[in-house]
Amino acid sequence: MSRTLIIAEHDGKNLNPSTAKCASCATSIGHDFDIVVIGASVSDIASQAAAIDGAATVYSIDADHLAKPLAANHASEVVAMADGYSHILGPSTTFGRDLMPRVAALLGVNQVSDISAVEDAYHFKRPIYAGNAIVDVHAPETVKMVATVRVASWKAAGNAGSAAVEARSASSQASSHTRYVSLESGGGERPDLQTAARVISGGRAMASKENFDLIYDLADMIGAGVGASRAAVDAGYCPNDMQVGQTGKIISPDLYIAFGISGAIQHITGIKDAGTIVAVNKDADAPIFEVADIGLTADLFTVIPELKQLLG
Amino acid sequence: MKILVGIKRVVDYNVRIRVKSDGSGVDTDGVKMSINPFDEIALEEALRIREAGNAEEVIVVSMGGNECQQQLRTGLAMGADRAIQVNTEGDLQPLTIARVFLKIIEKEQPGLVLLGKQAIDGDNSQTAQMLAALWDRPQATFASKLTLSGDTATVVREVDAGLETIEVDLPAVASVDLRLNEPRFVKLPDIMKAKRKPLEVISADELGVTVENDLEISHYTPPPARGKGIMVEDTAQLVAELKTRGLV
Repeated sequence: MSRTLIIAEHDGKNLNPSTAKCASCATSIGHDFDIVVIGASVSDIASQAAAIDGAATVYSIDADHLAKPLAANHASEVVAMADGYSHILGPSTTFGRDLMPRVAALLGVNQVSDISAVEDAYHFKRPIYAGNAIVDVHAPETVKMVATVRVASWKAAGNAGSAAVEARSASSQASSHTRYVSLESGGGERPDLQTAARVISGGRAMASKENFDLIYDLADMIGAGVGASRAAVDAGYCPNDMQVGQTGKIISPDLYIAFGISGAIQHITGIKDAGTIVAVNKDADAPIFEVADIGLTADLFTVIPELKQLLG
Repeated sequence: MKILVGIKRVVDYNVRIRVKSDGSGVDTDGVKMSINPFDEIALEEALRIREAGNAEEVIVVSMGGNECQQQLRTGLAMGADRAIQVNTEGDLQPLTIARVFLKIIEKEQPGLVLLGKQAIDGDNSQTAQMLAALWDRPQATFASKLTLSGDTATVVREVDAGLETIEVDLPAVASVDLRLNEPRFVKLPDIMKAKRKPLEVISADELGVTVENDLEISHYTPPPARGKGIMVEDTAQLVAELKTRGLV
C-alpha cells in the first residue's frame, strides 16, 4: 500500500503550480503517486494535472458543492479516497494549510507541515522558528502520513506526462454549517509571487500607495511579480496578498529586489530561498544587507528612475 | 456565550533564535518568553466581542508546565475572566492539543473558539483545523475580520489569492491572522487584579486524553548561511552586476 495521493490546488480554471511542486516531493518519497482534483467542472484542470511528469492516475471529483475550496467539504472527499494510500500530500499554500490538518485529524494522525527535503519515505526535513532552525521529522510507519509540501523548496515537476484521467462521484453532501461568500482579489495580471522568476518588493519607505506605482512600473518592465513587507501592507500601501514573509508568502524567485525594506527576520524568512537578493536601502545598517547578495545604500526614489532608464 | 482562547508560551518574537550546539533543540535558557503573538490577537478579539456585549465570558487555556501560568496571568491581566492550565510535560503535538481542547469544549460549551493561526515556534498551523475536524464544526482559518450576527459569524480570511469571505454557523473555530486587531497593552493595576482571578489546573489524564507525540523531532540545525554579498556604489554598478550575472 505504499502509494502517494496529491491533492491538487486550482482556482476553478487552472491548476496551481504548487501541484507540480508536490509531485517533485512525491517523486523523492519514491512511491507511485496519483493526483486528485476536487471541484466543479474540473475536467480541464484534470487534463492539466495529467501532464505532470510521474503521475500515474488523475482522479477528478466533480460536484457543485465542491466548487469553492471549503475545507469542511473537501476534507470529506480526501478522507473517502484515503484507503489505498500510505502518503497524502498537499501544498503549504493557504489552500493546503487550511485543508490538510482537517484531513489528518479526521484520519486520526499528526501532520508533518512544510516538508523542505525528503530523506526517505518517513524521514523529512522542515523549518521551524521562522526558518531559524531546520529539524528532522520521523513520522510513524504504521499510520498514514499526511503532510504539506513547502512549495518554495521544490522545483515544479515537468509537464510531459500523460496520466490516465478517471472521474469519480462525490461521496459526501455539502456541509450545511460553512458557506462561501466571496473572494476579493488584490493582484492584477502580474506574475504569481510563488512562481515568478523575478520579484520586486517595496517596504515602509515607499511612504504611500501612489509611490508603489514606481515598483509596479519597474516590475512590468522586467516581467517581475510584486511583493511587499508586512509594514507596507499594514500601512495600506498594497493588498494583503502581496505580503512576503513568515506569515505571508514564502517565495523562491531567481532574482529578488527589495526597495526600502529594513529586513525584519519575519520578512527574511520569506525570501531566503531566492537565488539572488538585491537590497536598496538608505540605512546602511538595515539588517536586509546581511542577507543581500548585492547591496546598495541609496534612496530608492533616486535609484528606481535610474534603473528604469538603464534597463529601458 | 462563552469564548475559549488558546494561549501558547513561546520564545518572544524579538529574540534571535539560537540552535543548541548538540542539536537537541533551541536555546531557551534565560530567554524572554511571551504569549504567541497570534494568540494575543485571538484574545484581544475575544475581549472586544465581550465588550461589545456579544459574549459573557472569556476563558484562556494553555497547556504545559507551571511556567505557562505566567502567560495565563498576562491573559487575565489583558481582561480574560478565568484561566485553565492543562498540566503536561514537554512539547505537545497539534493532534493531542486538539484532543485536549475538545475535552474542555465538552465541559465549557463555548460558542466560539479563537486560536492563533500558527505558533511562531513550531510554525505548524494545524491546531484550529484539527480541532474543528474532531468537533465536527466549521473552521475559519487566517481570519482578518470577524463579524458576529446571531448564531452566525462572517469571517474575512487572508488567503494567497486575496481576501475570502465565508459565513459559518456557531459554534465554530477561528484561527486569527495579524491584521485582525492590535492587542491592548496591559496596565499595572490589571496585573494586580489578575492575581485574584481564578486559574484552574487540570491534567491531561483527568481529561481522559493520552499524550501521543508520534512524530519524532530531532537534529536541530541552523539554516544554511547565504554567501557573503557585495556592496555596489551606485545604480550603474548595480545594473552592470545584474547583467554580469545574467539576471536582467
